[in-house]
Amino acid sequence: MSADRRNGTLQGCALVTGGSRGIGAAVVRALAEDGWPVAINYRSDSDGAEAVAKEITDNGGVATLVAGDVQDGAALDDVFTALEEEHGPVLVLVNNAGIRDDGLSPQLGDDAWERVLDTNLSAAFRTTRRALGPMLRARYGRIVNVASIVGPRANAGQANYAASKAGLIGMTRTVAVEVARRNVTVNAVAPGLVETKFTEDVNGDALVEIPARRAGTPEEVAACIRFLASPEASYVTGTTLTVDGGLSA
Amino acid sequence: MTTKAETGNVERVIFDGLAEVGAEPDDISREAEFEALDVDSLDLVELAQIVEEEFGVRLEGDDLKGLTTVGQVIDLVVKKAG
Repeated sequence: MSADRRNGTLQGCALVTGGSRGIGAAVVRALAEDGWPVAINYRSDSDGAEAVAKEITDNGGVATLVAGDVQDGAALDDVFTALEEEHGPVLVLVNNAGIRDDGLSPQLGDDAWERVLDTNLSAAFRTTRRALGPMLRARYGRIVNVASIVGPRANAGQANYAASKAGLIGMTRTVAVEVARRNVTVNAVAPGLVETKFTEDVNGDALVEIPARRAGTPEEVAACIRFLASPEASYVTGTTLTVDGGLSA
Repeated sequence: MTTKAETGNVERVIFDGLAEVGAEPDDISREAEFEALDVDSLDLVELAQIVEEEFGVRLEGDDLKGLTTVGQVIDLVVKKAG
């Protein structure tokens, strides 16, 4: 996929937030296969992050563990600075960290609203803002935001989550047009139901509505992110790639 | 790590930076206006990144607003570094 990276003409690294499990871990594996040194950011799942990192180093890749909450601006800057010193600029950023805190709107508390918006949307903006300067200087960058079909579509009980993901798609479009002429692309993927710990409590009846009659796998979403993060996707920017087994078709 | 932000150094880095983002080198001077140099807002963002890398001086969003000439940016960087 990433011939440029393998030839060594792109000097930098990739950062995946929420990279210890699920879609994030699958993306980490895919980017490592493409030859990127990959920084795995995680908040609490150190066992998961260490296992993914070990897998990558065992296969001859380079993985760096980056613990910490992506909402913390100062810590975020330290993370980027350390990566820049060790591997060069972050040229691929995948904003994948996300949480849910569901409830019907009349009962959705301020805390649940703010936590979800902060983690899913504001933190993605902060990492994007920090990453862009060096990407502009490098005349190369790939940012992929992991949104959701919830946002463009309704899902009862997820007003906060839907707002965060719709916001992420709006941010993706606008940042994309701001930086397009510097060969920095910004795109989103919108997964439907994907088999991860994140969705294990989702009612199985939901499968009936999916034309593919099954949930997706983290690897199927990661494959799309891998493409959007590749040098070959150079003319794709500001778009959202839906990965939902036909649910929103 | 970073270069000392004296007027001569800052002028050199900013002139080089402007050339890097596409301004015609012969047209660059302290008095030159960004509009005349065809330097737009994204170019200024990149110039801010160059300044930060070189001098460790961070130019925030509002800092560059209202500045129209190259000399104004040079003076601002020297002042912020001082």
